[in-house]
Amino acid sequence: MRREPPQTPGDYAPLLFPAAMLTIFFVVPFGTMIAVSFFQRQQGGFYTPAFVFDNYARFLSAFFGGVLGFSLMLAITVAICCVVLALPFTYMLTRMSRKVQVVWLVALLSILSLSEVIIGFAWSTLFSRTAGITNILVALGIMAEAKALTPSFGAVLTGMVYQAFPYTVLVLFPALVRLDPTLTEAARTLGASPLKAFFTVVVPALRNTITATLIMVFIFALGSYLLPQLLGRPQHWTLSVLITDQAIYQSNMPFAAAMAVFLVLVTLGLVALTVIAGRKGEAA
Amino acid sequence: MSGLALQNVVKEFGAFRAVNNVDLTVPHGTFVCMLGPSGCGKTTLLRMIAGLDLPTDGAIRLDGEDITRVPTHKRNLGMVFQSLALFPHLTVGENIAYPLRIRGKAKEEQKKRVDELLAMIHLSGYADRPVAKLSGGQRQRVAIARALSISPKLFLLDEPLSALDAKLREAMQVELRQLQQKLGITTIVVTHDQREAMTMADTVVVMNGGEIRQAASPIEIYRRPADSFVADFIGQTNLLDVQADSAGGAAVLGHVVPGLVLPAGASKGTLSVRPEDVHLTAPGAGALTGKVTFVRDLGGTIETFVDIAGRQIVAVSTPRERPEVTVGQEVGIALTPDVCVVLKK
Amino acid sequence: MTSIFRRAYFFAIGLFLSLPLIVVAGVSVNQKQTLAFPPQGFSLSWYGEIFLNPEWRNALFASVTLAVLSAALAVAIALPLSWFLWRRIAPWANIFQLLGVAPFTLPPVITALGMLTFWATVGSYGQPWTAVVSHAIFFVTLPLVTLSLGFTSIDRSLVEAASTMGADERTIFRTVVLPLILPYIVSGYAFAFVLSLNEYIVAYMTVGFTVETLPIKIFNALRYGYTPTMASVTVLFVTTAAVIFGLVARFGDLPKLLGAMSTDGK
Repeated sequence: MRREPPQTPGDYAPLLFPAAMLTIFFVVPFGTMIAVSFFQRQQGGFYTPAFVFDNYARFLSAFFGGVLGFSLMLAITVAICCVVLALPFTYMLTRMSRKVQVVWLVALLSILSLSEVIIGFAWSTLFSRTAGITNILVALGIMAEAKALTPSFGAVLTGMVYQAFPYTVLVLFPALVRLDPTLTEAARTLGASPLKAFFTVVVPALRNTITATLIMVFIFALGSYLLPQLLGRPQHWTLSVLITDQAIYQSNMPFAAAMAVFLVLVTLGLVALTVIAGRKGEAA
Repeated sequence: MSGLALQNVVKEFGAFRAVNNVDLTVPHGTFVCMLGPSGCGKTTLLRMIAGLDLPTDGAIRLDGEDITRVPTHKRNLGMVFQSLALFPHLTVGENIAYPLRIRGKAKEEQKKRVDELLAMIHLSGYADRPVAKLSGGQRQRVAIARALSISPKLFLLDEPLSALDAKLREAMQVELRQLQQKLGITTIVVTHDQREAMTMADTVVVMNGGEIRQAASPIEIYRRPADSFVADFIGQTNLLDVQADSAGGAAVLGHVVPGLVLPAGASKGTLSVRPEDVHLTAPGAGALTGKVTFVRDLGGTIETFVDIAGRQIVAVSTPRERPEVTVGQEVGIALTPDVCVVLKK
Repeated sequence: MTSIFRRAYFFAIGLFLSLPLIVVAGVSVNQKQTLAFPPQGFSLSWYGEIFLNPEWRNALFASVTLAVLSAALAVAIALPLSWFLWRRIAPWANIFQLLGVAPFTLPPVITALGMLTFWATVGSYGQPWTAVVSHAIFFVTLPLVTLSLGFTSIDRSLVEAASTMGADERTIFRTVVLPLILPYIVSGYAFAFVLSLNEYIVAYMTVGFTVETLPIKIFNALRYGYTPTMASVTVLFVTTAAVIFGLVARFGDLPKLLGAMSTDGK
């Protein structure tokens, strides 16, 4: 059947339930959150309806400026690490047999679906004094005695790269599968070594994909809410951690909401950038 | 009236007029081939007959009843799609039984009919195979059997043989025609292959630019093309300018063809001469004289390309009647009025 | 790339991805309640603990119930929506596609906080069913994406063929569309199920004080010190995810589900 515009009101029936669910349970909660971000906080209780900018004004402090700056810096670092690690990996993966691909994809999906709680727990174990990798190094005689590697910035970064790496591979995968294999073959016949062919043909051909992936992984990393808490010190906390902290432990919903709205704006701005980058890619 | 009738059918896609004022009558039991280049509107016309597209204007009648707005599933059709559209999740038997199943026919009745149809298409015993396991020709047959399982009033086929290789296609053309004659079912086939149309059809409908250029029997279309498009599209032809001369006769490329006359009142026109009707003679013996530029010997036939005052004429002959000519040789061309068709301008 | 380099690179990535899990698996079989690696002694009692200890058992039960129900609800939202968008030309309806993808694209804290403020405002805060709805909305993206992919892979001439053979819209859906889309429904459900099982922040912000799901339980337990049960639960989770995705790969086309349409031709 050719796609056709709905003829009768009855044709809209299938849309009813999904539209209602998404509107009531996503659009309305989102609106509620925006509304709350302008509410007045009530000490000891929840909040009272009002229209104040106090919650947004609090951003202007040096402390929140620092947190925001750190969050962005951390997310950018994670994104760069992931893309640098994942690009050659995914490229080689797409050139392997289908069976091998499927095994890796299953493994990557399993890790991607892991709870942040579990990833945090696993890495804190690995970085711990009693059960960590330093024990192996001691056993090998490289280190004198086992020590804890967490909490530290390195631990936070490692945990977040671990979390975002499978995501990066899965974002890159479709684009790399579609990459014409004769491109590199042509480069090889023209005298480029495999490594040279990768950097002179594959990477430039994927410039827009790489940009888009960087931004998507950046957003993904921005959403990490537990790893900085579990593997880092308070100075390593990000905006997502702070929002959770304000909402749950400080019971300051209006301020948490204001920070969330701010985070949405940052994210949406970046999504818009991705779309523009994608458009340019198509035009080129 | 029994049969299918299209009356002033128009289909527009936005500003584009895909089908323009088509009138066509298909008597019950006839085999019609709609022939034309891609984009000529033939498939759109077929889809409108099936109800898959609605006409912008005009009416479609089947056995006197107006079916223009009747939804597809109530038209009792059988249709074979270009992609065949066999259901991948069903077996051969389940595919063929599908129209019966959704009409709530009893299991035994379904089975009996499926066995009948499988025997008809020479695939008895294939009922439980998945369709993916069949060869191209077998899939083709299954699609045809499925379309015929309810004994439809109309049998529609959209480029049904285009996916097959040349040999199998020719065999299927004959098979399809014999099947249609046996069942006596009104059949409409869309094709771009003129050999296919000539093999199967009672009536060939030549379309171009959304309009019917000629609808007639295959031999009529070949012998008496209505215009230069039809003459050129069906088979090979030589199109030549023809002019009336003062004596009331007609001249081709400046040479009078004895006995040839233009329609009353016309001073010039276009002449269509089939290559097999062009006879080579000694220079000066025919009406025209030219120089051989190329000879293509295909074994069964020989094509000779002759240049006459900058115009190229192709002559086809069999090896037995082949005049001994070589490239560069001067030859004469004899034209007789009975093989010349003067086309409408 | 030369094959030695490739092997070394894949080995390094594989090690990076599996090392924490290997250590956790090692910790999970410690004889005593210590967090030692290599494990001291060998015991599977920490796996038994998940099912025998009422706290862990309840958490497991809560998590599985939540995942089963919310994945079903997510599919129930995604199926009619993706079918409608495939069947009809209604450009404005794409807004719902966008709404379906948004919760998963935004940082999870935002959806979680939105849900928290919403449920608190309507007065249902802490009710177990609110977590089901919240997870269904949060993960509706997954069945929506797999189903949209699935619908684009259905040849429209199959639907036309069915209608020429006398099938109306409802019959076509039941006899042609549904059987062909079923694998995509199953994989969409599987993705939503596994992710819901692992989800922490949305569950925590909606029902964290009334219901303990496994991730919440692990997090709470982390604050009071380590127990090898966390490790055994982790192993259980990784195994479950691997088994489910393995099944999806076994019975479906995983590379295609992940957007690699062009592998079909090979």
